[in-house]
Amino acid sequence: MRDETDYLSKLVTAGRLSRRDFLGRTAALGVSAALANTMFTDAVKAQTPQKGGVLKAGLQGGESSNVLDPALNLSQVNFNFGKCWGELLVELNPDGSLENRIAEEIGSTPDAKTWTMKIRKGIEFHNGKTVGPEDVKATLERHGDAASKSAALGILQGIDSMKVDGDAVVVTLKDPNADFPYLMADYHLVIQPNGGKDDPNAGISAGPYKVTINEPGVRYGGEKYANYWQGDKLGHADQVEIIVINDATARIAALQGGQVNMINRVEPKVVDLVKRVPGVTIQNVSGRGFYPFNMFCDTAPFDNNDLRMALKLAMDREDMLKRILLGYGSVGNDFPINEAYPLFSNDIEQRKFDPEKAAEFYKKSGHSGSILLRTSDVAFPGAVDAAQLYQQTCAQCGITIEVKREPGDGYWSEVWNKQPFSLSYWGGRPTQDQMYSTAYVSSADWNDTRWKRPEFDKMVVAARGELDQDKRKKMYRDMAMIMRDEGGLIVPFFNQYIDASGKGVEGWVSNPAQEMCNGYALAMCWLAA
Amino acid sequence: MSSPILKLVAQRLALGVVLLFAVSVLIFAGTQILPGDVAQSILGQAATPQALANLREQLGLDDPAYVRYFRWLGGVLTGDLGKALTSGQDIATSIGGRLENTLFLAGCAAVVAVPLAILLGLLAVRYRNGPIDKLISGLALASTSFPEFFIGYLLVYFFAVKWQIFPAISTVFDGMPFLQRLQAVVLPAAALTLVVLAHMMRMTRAAILNVMQSAYIETAELKGLRPIDIIRKHAFPNAIAPVVNVVMLNLAYLVVGVVVIEVIFVYPGMGQYLVDHVTKRDVPVVQAVGLVFAAVYILLNIVADIAAILANPRLRHPK
Repeated sequence: MRDETDYLSKLVTAGRLSRRDFLGRTAALGVSAALANTMFTDAVKAQTPQKGGVLKAGLQGGESSNVLDPALNLSQVNFNFGKCWGELLVELNPDGSLENRIAEEIGSTPDAKTWTMKIRKGIEFHNGKTVGPEDVKATLERHGDAASKSAALGILQGIDSMKVDGDAVVVTLKDPNADFPYLMADYHLVIQPNGGKDDPNAGISAGPYKVTINEPGVRYGGEKYANYWQGDKLGHADQVEIIVINDATARIAALQGGQVNMINRVEPKVVDLVKRVPGVTIQNVSGRGFYPFNMFCDTAPFDNNDLRMALKLAMDREDMLKRILLGYGSVGNDFPINEAYPLFSNDIEQRKFDPEKAAEFYKKSGHSGSILLRTSDVAFPGAVDAAQLYQQTCAQCGITIEVKREPGDGYWSEVWNKQPFSLSYWGGRPTQDQMYSTAYVSSADWNDTRWKRPEFDKMVVAARGELDQDKRKKMYRDMAMIMRDEGGLIVPFFNQYIDASGKGVEGWVSNPAQEMCNGYALAMCWLAA
Repeated sequence: MSSPILKLVAQRLALGVVLLFAVSVLIFAGTQILPGDVAQSILGQAATPQALANLREQLGLDDPAYVRYFRWLGGVLTGDLGKALTSGQDIATSIGGRLENTLFLAGCAAVVAVPLAILLGLLAVRYRNGPIDKLISGLALASTSFPEFFIGYLLVYFFAVKWQIFPAISTVFDGMPFLQRLQAVVLPAAALTLVVLAHMMRMTRAAILNVMQSAYIETAELKGLRPIDIIRKHAFPNAIAPVVNVVMLNLAYLVVGVVVIEVIFVYPGMGQYLVDHVTKRDVPVVQAVGLVFAAVYILLNIVADIAAILANPRLRHPK
């Protein structure tokens, strides 16, 4: 319960919860009114943002080959820096709802096919130009161009046509999509002057910080942009700096030594050590990322559902979570969705390790001989150990697994999505529809379990176009059940984002969408005097 | 006397250039047989077939290898190293800054390590087989036997985390004041010094001990010179050639082999730059960095050769 009240206090601090709501929600947790009142006052006092200073982050995931172009933005450092200088149409709140940014209002026709985004007035780009609907349209055009290299190309392919209508952009989709506003929260879709068509690497948008230092693989810096449209909420420090620190030990040392105020990617095995350092706070939040064992449903021997079921039942999820993630995560249930998603049904029975039933299904499948499982350190931290643990639990069920450790170099091009049984990683998506459309429909490029069921494809499309939330939730439950019982993925666990902040850092509000408060840690935190 | 030496230097330099050409062929061939595909590596897990095709076409990866070799060589000879495939930045400019950083760190380490190693070597000879010799050799060998990342972390733990005297990370950048820059590289330079010290010290000791067997040293001893004077005036000058050789080898290591130290201390040098681009299959950068490394290696070896010849009258005046 303490976590809950802490979380609520932080929301107060961040100005996202009123006094009435705070008292109501703490009362629901059984906190007395008097105590809740004190807590609220404390939260407000402690949490009045203090302006000024230099905030520094030491982050993993940057290379000297990186560029500023948001379309090619794939690594963690660029993701975080993009949130400092870029502004999106909408952004994800920690509770999974949407917050309007450049888009002041988004509405659709009842068939969810035509969407109108009203563009907020008075937002200024760092080059002094005003953000207009043309810039928004040009941005979507650039990322959605079939010849584009944008990582957001996939999610924009559903757009049929776009037009500017007064102060709004009207988007017509090929098929209905109730999740369209969520697609606009994709972190690649940074709104740039003329869509960044002139110079995608210029680093100009309308975020709280203006780019001043751009040394790929070394460091990045931003200076507070005086005309940022919501400067009271974001952009408290005068300057922000990101130092690329790819070595885990060096990151922690830099935080301890005070060279940086916050770091990302604290390894589960050192969390307990880092916790003991005075002034350092571990910031962990359950996310949507998961670490699947992928089987190709159309390739022998995995085209046999009895064998797939045997392999699923032979997974000891609890033990795996304890040993590989040291508890910093939650068990999976063999479908790619967890409670961090909107419209999740929490009444689906948890699959458990069951050697007897696994052996039964294995016998029924008629398979004999060993099964080759490919793994690598780059699949996820601990992936080699995870494969070996799985080998042992399978042995208990009479299933022989041969583990092959592949070189990390080339794993994503030669093994993942190419070999029939391998370990992988998914970062999760803002909505269930996006997760299913990205990897579990017949036509998806990244269908890494070769899950090709026309009836399932139809369910995905139907749920996407459904505006009634209750009906939609029911549809997603049905899909989850099919995936769980017939799909090609074994999900031992979902991960957590584990970051750490140093002495005097205030205003941190974790967000299950991504690490470092969904990338806003530098923009939303401040240094207490 | 000067003309044969000039001739010698010219000969060596010409040989160096020929060698560099040979190396360029090897580097090019090597980068061609790297597994995987540049476009795939750039886009990683997020690659869609459409994006892949677009990127491949844009990078012109379809020309035959020899065409690309001569195109590349022509560029190098005219000072144009091309643009990085991944970031589109000019390679010569990027390497310039990185090389400067690497040379700065190597220079700082060398300024401490070389005199210290030679001095310790001389002391070890002076008190050979005694406790001082054993102590010096023991400590130096111990510091070399530890893996460099271990020494690095040890230094970070005590000097940056525990006592907070020096920064844990050594990020340097353009326009950083010199003293601040110096402070930033103290820990990595110290780690490198500990890594290269023993090799140079032991070689100095061995080379001088070798000379100490000679008849003229016995004469000097019989003449009644102090042992330290014998070493300084008679033994050391005759041991310079092997010492210079090992010093140059270690300097070359400080320039081309310090990627682990760069990673631990987050130092923006050549090593990290190379590794980043190898993983992304950014071939032009890998080739350019390989060439720079080869040039450094060849140059330092030429210097070692020439110094050895100059230090030895018999080689200086060949019959």
